[in-house]
Amino acid sequence: MAIERHLNDTVVVTNLEWFVNWARKSSMWPLGFGLACCALEMIAAFVSRYDLSRFGMEVARPSPRHADLMIVSGTASKKMLPAVLRIYEQMTEPKWVIAMGACACSGGIYDNYAVVQGIDKYLPVDVYIPGCPPRPEALLDGILQLHAKVMKEKSLAANPKEKSIKAAV
Amino acid sequence: MMTQQEIADQLSARFGDDIRFSTFRDQMSAYINKEKLLEVCAFLKYEPTLQFDMLSFVAGVDGLPRKPRFEMVYQLYSTTHIHRFRLKTLVEEEADGWGEIESVTPLWITADWHERETAEMYGIRFLNHPDPRTLLLPEEWTVHPLRKDFPLRGTEQDTPDLPHVVK
Repeated sequence: MAIERHLNDTVVVTNLEWFVNWARKSSMWPLGFGLACCALEMIAAFVSRYDLSRFGMEVARPSPRHADLMIVSGTASKKMLPAVLRIYEQMTEPKWVIAMGACACSGGIYDNYAVVQGIDKYLPVDVYIPGCPPRPEALLDGILQLHAKVMKEKSLAANPKEKSIKAAV
Repeated sequence: MMTQQEIADQLSARFGDDIRFSTFRDQMSAYINKEKLLEVCAFLKYEPTLQFDMLSFVAGVDGLPRKPRFEMVYQLYSTTHIHRFRLKTLVEEEADGWGEIESVTPLWITADWHERETAEMYGIRFLNHPDPRTLLLPEEWTVHPLRKDFPLRGTEQDTPDLPHVVK
């Protein structure tokens, strides 16, 4: 604190890791894609009533190369899975995954031959949001939990986060 | 517009004993032999008083352990006369495990996708179908999920999550 006082409080001193984490969580751009009915709740979270832009997240990126967060919003069918994995691979590090809704978490009511029984079999999920579908408040809560998690990351360590897809693709 | 009974009477007058009727909860179904399918369908479509110019739906039914095992259901609609009719035909399981029936795509092109879905879901082969690929299921799957003897969850071998998972 001493330096700031010497300079008449014209600067703020912090540590670099905190600053990097703060920058990442304050403009975490989600990927603009939805898989099923949960996507409608996600859209509701984006628009004015719930307004994700309060958290610097209104910029849903259609291109995975600009996106930081993949919200797996809905049922991942087995035919869709290769596309989801391919999009995840195209996202640049650092990247995070939210499993939104019962289907993305565990397959939900679709305990059958056509649906992937939980996207965490293939993607490193950071936050699970239960519900069928979860309300926008639940999604916002999950996103804030993810922000809190990002603030605790060792983002400057040599290997901050192991994020490799488990299946060989 | 004709009532179900009037349509049935007209079919009986034309095809006699080749066509049978059953009524369940005031809804009538006509049963025919599958060899007569195209003939009866052409009559239903082109007869001026019937004019079933629209095929609403084609469905399959697995009646295991009944024999013949499968049933094909054709829901017909006439945009001219505003009336509907249901046609059914029984299909037996062949030696190779598939059912076999003529495609109705020459009469109603909309049967294309309906028959492709029925083919993969029930394992019924449609003869003279213009485009006999799978519609919904991955190409490499060889199972028929809507058959009664199919395990609902599938199996790791028959319905893998990814086509390239190393076994």
